[in-house]
Amino acid sequence: MANVITDEMMEYVGILAKLELSKTEREQAKCDMGRMLDYIDKLNELDTDGVEPMSHIFPIHNVFREDIVKNSDERDAMLANAPKTKDGAYKVPKTIE
Amino acid sequence: MSLMSLTAVELGKKIQAKEVTAVEAAREAFLQIERMDSKLHCMITVDKEGALERAEKVQEGIEKGFFKGPLAGVPVVLKDNLCTKGMQTTCASKILYHFKPTYTAEAVKNLEQAGAVILGKANMDEFAMGSTTETSFFGVTKNPWNLEHVPGGSSGGSCAAVAAEECSYALGSDTGGSIRQPSAYCGVTGIKPTYGTVSRYGLIAYASSLDQIGPVAKDVGDCAAVLEAIASYDPKDSTSVKRKDYDFTTALVEDVKGLRIGIPKDYFGVGLDAEVRESILQAAKVLEGQGAVLEEFDLSLVEYAIPAYYIIASAEASSNLARFDGVKYGYRTKEYEGLHQMYKKSRSEGFGAEVKRRIMLGSFVLSSGYYDAYYLKALKTKALIKQAFDRAFERYDVILAPVAPTTAPKLKESLCDPIQMYLSDIYTIAANLAGLPGISLPCGIDSKGLPIGMQLLGDCFQEKKLIRAAYTFERTRTYERCKALKGVL
Amino acid sequence: MSRQYETVIGLEVHVELATKTKIFCACSTEFGGAPNTHTCPVCTGMPGALPVLNRQVVEYAIAVGLATNCTINQCCKFDRKNYFYPDNPQNYQISQLYEPICRDGYVEIDTPSGTKKIGIHEIHMEEDAGKLMHDEWEDCSLVDFNRSGVPLIEIVSEPDMRDAKEVIAYLDKLRLIIQYLGASDCKLQEGSMRADVNLSVRETGSTRLGTRTEMKNLNSFKAITRAIEGERERQIELLEMGKAVVQETRRWDDNKESSYAMRSKEDAQDYRYFPEPDLVPVWISDEWLAQIRARQPELRTQKLIRYKKEFDIPDYDAQIITSAKKMADLFEATTAICKKPKKVSNWLMVETMRLMKEHEMEAEELTFSPKHLAELIELTDKGAINSSVAKEVFEKIFLEDIDPLQYVEEHGLKTVHDESVLRTVVEKVIEENPQSVADYRGGKEKAMGFLVGQTMKAMKGKANPAAVNQMLKELLMVGI
Repeated sequence: MANVITDEMMEYVGILAKLELSKTEREQAKCDMGRMLDYIDKLNELDTDGVEPMSHIFPIHNVFREDIVKNSDERDAMLANAPKTKDGAYKVPKTIE
Repeated sequence: MSLMSLTAVELGKKIQAKEVTAVEAAREAFLQIERMDSKLHCMITVDKEGALERAEKVQEGIEKGFFKGPLAGVPVVLKDNLCTKGMQTTCASKILYHFKPTYTAEAVKNLEQAGAVILGKANMDEFAMGSTTETSFFGVTKNPWNLEHVPGGSSGGSCAAVAAEECSYALGSDTGGSIRQPSAYCGVTGIKPTYGTVSRYGLIAYASSLDQIGPVAKDVGDCAAVLEAIASYDPKDSTSVKRKDYDFTTALVEDVKGLRIGIPKDYFGVGLDAEVRESILQAAKVLEGQGAVLEEFDLSLVEYAIPAYYIIASAEASSNLARFDGVKYGYRTKEYEGLHQMYKKSRSEGFGAEVKRRIMLGSFVLSSGYYDAYYLKALKTKALIKQAFDRAFERYDVILAPVAPTTAPKLKESLCDPIQMYLSDIYTIAANLAGLPGISLPCGIDSKGLPIGMQLLGDCFQEKKLIRAAYTFERTRTYERCKALKGVL
Repeated sequence: MSRQYETVIGLEVHVELATKTKIFCACSTEFGGAPNTHTCPVCTGMPGALPVLNRQVVEYAIAVGLATNCTINQCCKFDRKNYFYPDNPQNYQISQLYEPICRDGYVEIDTPSGTKKIGIHEIHMEEDAGKLMHDEWEDCSLVDFNRSGVPLIEIVSEPDMRDAKEVIAYLDKLRLIIQYLGASDCKLQEGSMRADVNLSVRETGSTRLGTRTEMKNLNSFKAITRAIEGERERQIELLEMGKAVVQETRRWDDNKESSYAMRSKEDAQDYRYFPEPDLVPVWISDEWLAQIRARQPELRTQKLIRYKKEFDIPDYDAQIITSAKKMADLFEATTAICKKPKKVSNWLMVETMRLMKEHEMEAEELTFSPKHLAELIELTDKGAINSSVAKEVFEKIFLEDIDPLQYVEEHGLKTVHDESVLRTVVEKVIEENPQSVADYRGGKEKAMGFLVGQTMKAMKGKANPAAVNQMLKELLMVGI
């Protein structure tokens, strides 16, 4: 395997993606990720010099909305999905250390 | 013969002709679900009460002449990544358990306006990530043709439900082949429309730049009718395209005279099962017999589509799935200390292994120092793939190809090796990268008794050519009901 | 301290745009409202919801770019900035990194050594986050998404400023430009304008930039000034001790007058930007640009020149009046009615400013109508009311925008011009104040002031002071 994924890299990706893996999961993930990166590295064979990266397939542009208020009243239905709420707001663990 | 063995359009006609009511159709569908679904598990949510109530209303509408279309009163199943107001929508994930959207997806709204009766929500690979419907939190769906085989994925529940006649037709979504491949495995027909043809508003995103909603049905005629109903320009989806032609059923014409069909040699090489290969080349001959002109050619870049796809799809997924964090909806872990632990535990417990694998890969390829090497490189590869198709469509009206290298694999076979699973998407993925429309339809049965599917790809906005070619081919054979329905189960 | 240090400062200024709706959905941007009432699936990050760009946001961003001498990027795009935080419903912010809407501009500020150009690196459009409220009772935080998706532009300057005064001058300049454009009200306290300060120090004479820190949570010009001083000292102290400055984000605590690093282990600051697949590019044609350019309102510099020329008012007056757009608007509208620019300017500079200070108001909060001020000026000029009555009436106009004609009538404030009435009153005052009369006649000029005051009091202020003076002198002469 050309791409070796270290524990530090896994930890870092875990911070970015907000995922915490158990030890066995982590070993498996290290292996999978290494293999996938090896596979993906196949793209390096391809000469893409001077090629414009393509994010959208069609040259659609300027899709706008006019500045007109349309308030929807779905607060209660939306909040009903939340694991924890208080006083019409979403409740989360304290954010200030 | 049950009402459910009719095509959607046939059933719709009977309803319009007052031979059957929408309520009778729905009842029959639920009977079939009760008969089949405990063995197949196509469904995550079955809304019998809601559907029967809705069927009554639709029937009233039909009688008042309000619903006149071919799909009025016809029962449908939706892939569970399409938002339905007030009806649980899970993406087959624990993290969205009990989530009830406050709005309905635009494509579904369009169906409702056509008088559709929604039976419930179909099983799928978690967040549409998978090719077998085995990554669902709610358990696997089985292939109605052989319960030891997978139905394919990620729209496996939708396709199996159509094959098992639990519904008249279904909606799926296709990000890398997720409509076409399970359609092939289940012996039904599915269309992945040109990107931008069906609004993505209300489709829970996997990879935004690749996702498209499309129909799954028993035949080409049904697919054309359903596509006609769901396709629309939607100002709520900035990537929605204003098209001139939404009248897809006008292409249901038996005529391929002079139609130029390209056969990409690089799709028929190593890795393709001999029986599948034989069956598709046979189909090509049939079309040639009807007047089409066949030519082999080199498409090129085929082996680069999968790596480019997995970079782009994983990167977008890592961002799209960031919103599932235990704050606004879905699952939150029981015990946690502080915000970051709440995030990490909720997400780690809420997502399955395949989803986590892709989120991590996506986060990695976008992380500082790697963006150019991976993501930008993938976008450039995508541009080259699009160019290759552009060149091909200068010479051919449609491209004929396999859908998958084999027929449906056995359960659990694919899961042990992710890369092997990804490789099975090799013939479908490029259409998503290039935004092309594709149709998958049955063309034979292999020696194991499993259906073989063939794929027709068209240039962007050329669905009508695909529909015409597919329809012409379909008329040369009869629809094969799966064994399960012939009493083997 | 043996070595001399220079401070190098760049600013990231966030400005909330004055649109009616949010940047990507039709929810109202209005302040207030119960938590989460100005929300929809888009701005709460509901699965399946998609953004659609508000055209007005693009127009405001272009207007600000043009007014700050930027090059407009005629094919701009949006990107996703990925980070987890509860006020950010999607856990990514839609912003612009690779193709921002404006680049390479500048504004000019006045410094003791003359005019100085402050470069603008770029301006980009993005969405604001929701609000976090901290619940002390339950030791948790509450999220309100009413502000989530409110449009922002972020104006990123070059590191061209050298001290707090330049920073304030730059912010003042930006604020004024943006207010003149009507693109935002730019209130620092309310957060519609927010500045993050990037600061580094280096030995004077060095051309290499030192390691910088980014300071957040600066809610007033005072806080900015204090934070700059504090951070400069902190960095110099580190360098003097032979330690390195760490590149980090710091949060300013204005009560403690100190800052602390915001970095935590869980905060990698790796935003994984990539092109937003749900939004298409914005192409800005030459025609569109020309339209916006044609609509650009006159800015302060142009107004200053015109005021001096067209209205012939002193530079000092013009400077004060144009210091806020609202003030300039009031000046022009009032002058257009009464055609007396200097008088209008006096009312604005003296009484208006005094009352604003007394009521702790910003120019933007002024509500009186130009018509009423113009009428007041007319009344005074005709001698219908005297100046002290005028001040009293103006206060009413300032606070309640009353109609001065009607008010003066209803309260009987018109100056009495009937000489016989005045004579009767003056005679009475002379009779009742023999001591003062004697004093005046004895050569004490001061006594006259008292007698005038008594007369005005008896007339309930409705007399013309000059006429009172005249009459008193006349009658006091008679008695000798």
